[in-house]
Amino acid sequence: MPALKPGSRFTSSVCTTQVIVVKGAGEVDLTCGGAPMLAATAGTAADGGQPADGASGGTLMGKRYVDPDETVEVLCTKPGDGSLGIGGALLDLKDAKPLPASD
Amino acid sequence: MLLEMAADGFGDRVALGPADGGLTYRDLYDSAGAASVRFRSDGSSHVAIADLSSAALPISLFGAAWADLPFVPLNYRLPDGELASLASRISPATVVTDPDSPDRLTGIDGIGLLSRHGLMGLVDGAEPPEPEWDMTGEGTAIELFTSGTTGEPKAAVLRHRHLVSYVLGSVEFMGADEDEAALVSVPPYHVAGIAAILSNVYAGRRIVQLPTFDADDWVALVRAESVTSAMVVPTMLTRIVEVLNAEGPDGPGLPTLRSLSYGGGRMPSPTIQRALELLPTTAFVNAYGLTETSSTVALLGPDEHREAVASADPAIRARLGSAGRPLPTIEVTIRDDLGDKVAVGQPGEIWVRGEQVSGEYRGSAPRLTADGWFPTHDGGWMDADGYLHVTGRIDDVIVKGGQNVSPGGIEEVLVSHPAVADAAAIGLPDSQWGERIIAVVVLHPAASATSDELRDAVRDRLRSNRTPDHVEFVASLPYNDTGKLLRRVLRSDLAHLGDGSTG
Repeated sequence: MPALKPGSRFTSSVCTTQVIVVKGAGEVDLTCGGAPMLAATAGTAADGGQPADGASGGTLMGKRYVDPDETVEVLCTKPGDGSLGIGGALLDLKDAKPLPASD
Repeated sequence: MLLEMAADGFGDRVALGPADGGLTYRDLYDSAGAASVRFRSDGSSHVAIADLSSAALPISLFGAAWADLPFVPLNYRLPDGELASLASRISPATVVTDPDSPDRLTGIDGIGLLSRHGLMGLVDGAEPPEPEWDMTGEGTAIELFTSGTTGEPKAAVLRHRHLVSYVLGSVEFMGADEDEAALVSVPPYHVAGIAAILSNVYAGRRIVQLPTFDADDWVALVRAESVTSAMVVPTMLTRIVEVLNAEGPDGPGLPTLRSLSYGGGRMPSPTIQRALELLPTTAFVNAYGLTETSSTVALLGPDEHREAVASADPAIRARLGSAGRPLPTIEVTIRDDLGDKVAVGQPGEIWVRGEQVSGEYRGSAPRLTADGWFPTHDGGWMDADGYLHVTGRIDDVIVKGGQNVSPGGIEEVLVSHPAVADAAAIGLPDSQWGERIIAVVVLHPAASATSDELRDAVRDRLRSNRTPDHVEFVASLPYNDTGKLLRRVLRSDLAHLGDGSTG
């Protein structure tokens, strides 16, 4: 089970989804398409397989996904067919509350 | 990662330049990749740029990141000797140079020069290599030399994780509509210039560059490119307001400008109040941050500006001079000389903590406490509603008769006098009081005011120990081109007004 910290990056083992952690700490059973996600290194890619039924809604680039109490937040850096989850529970799209542009 | 997401998500949108025919995100991505091949093959440890803003800036910024090399924007306005000294500190390096000043950095050991035109030529139409990027975010993204009041400039280090954290914490991916455009007129060697590129690329907002600031040019460019957002430093806004004022109440205004943000120094209240009147439909944002904090850590938003200027409640009005509230991802505390927290409303030093805060310097000790707090060396206080008020660099505090006097309060009073265009308050040695307060004042062209009048104005509004001991009238105040008042230049130029005694 991977240890989460802000900035750490993970890749799906069953689809093309990749994420970066925005919020989170400790060991979290981060999954995509029902299978555990792998720590991303320059060379990691999915080693075949398909997202499981019930976890194949897809993940959208640039969107944020959170657990119910928002202690874990990940942002999708590459889209894919699998859905993100913690263990068996799927993550939800976070409501976007944008800050005014300061740049 | 940020540029790759942009290229994949909206590659055909224009990233830079005119809406019709500018460089797309896909072009920018490909060019950055091609540039990275050149940077790697040079065997450089750093990629630098000593040139005005152009397409070469984002290409070399992202190209350096692609090659996993730190990017160092250099202040091209420094005298040759100082520029050469900074370059030699990052050698071996590839430096992208201004084609109008090609020889400035020749002959320095390990420094390879690549003119802006040379870079643009080699990336044009070139295929990018397969990326092999580090995924930890620990690599150094940027080194920015920050000017201290004494000694050699220090190179502030910002790692990829700091900048990514800042962007992800404050920008929504593809949050910009296709018709939006951001005008960037701050120089590349200001952290705000880098932040602007990263934020706008991630949001999908076209960037329009103004390489050399001139208020008339800025206004014309906003109109010509239908600019919807812009970032300026306070001295730029003062000049822009003068231009708009001169156009009169029936002037065309800036109807496309949906938002205007400012930062990098204290904003004089007459300027911001007039700007709010001249641009009634523009959303104003004050962004406070430092190089070491990856730019913005607190901001005062558009509604807060409008509410403050319209309010009869002095506490709410005072927010117009504040830095606003900390970003949700940032913690701020005010500390005394011993590092202990002060009570709400009490002044002290501003400390910040958060994922985007670095506090690291190359070749110097980091300025971070064991639990990750960064003492900013800025003085300030937090009010009961959580608004952060920044009073100025703690090094600029005047100490008279054993009491700390912040120049900012005195300067605000002076600038609010109708005859005064600009003012600074500095401390000079005084054998009786430690320091004496010198007000340095620039009057409006046809205006007049006496020294006594101005001293009385300060005495009426502030405590008497803040009354300037002397008022010196000058033609202009010294600023650098990121809008920072150069107090040490003033102290040195006016040293004869002190009595030469030491502390």
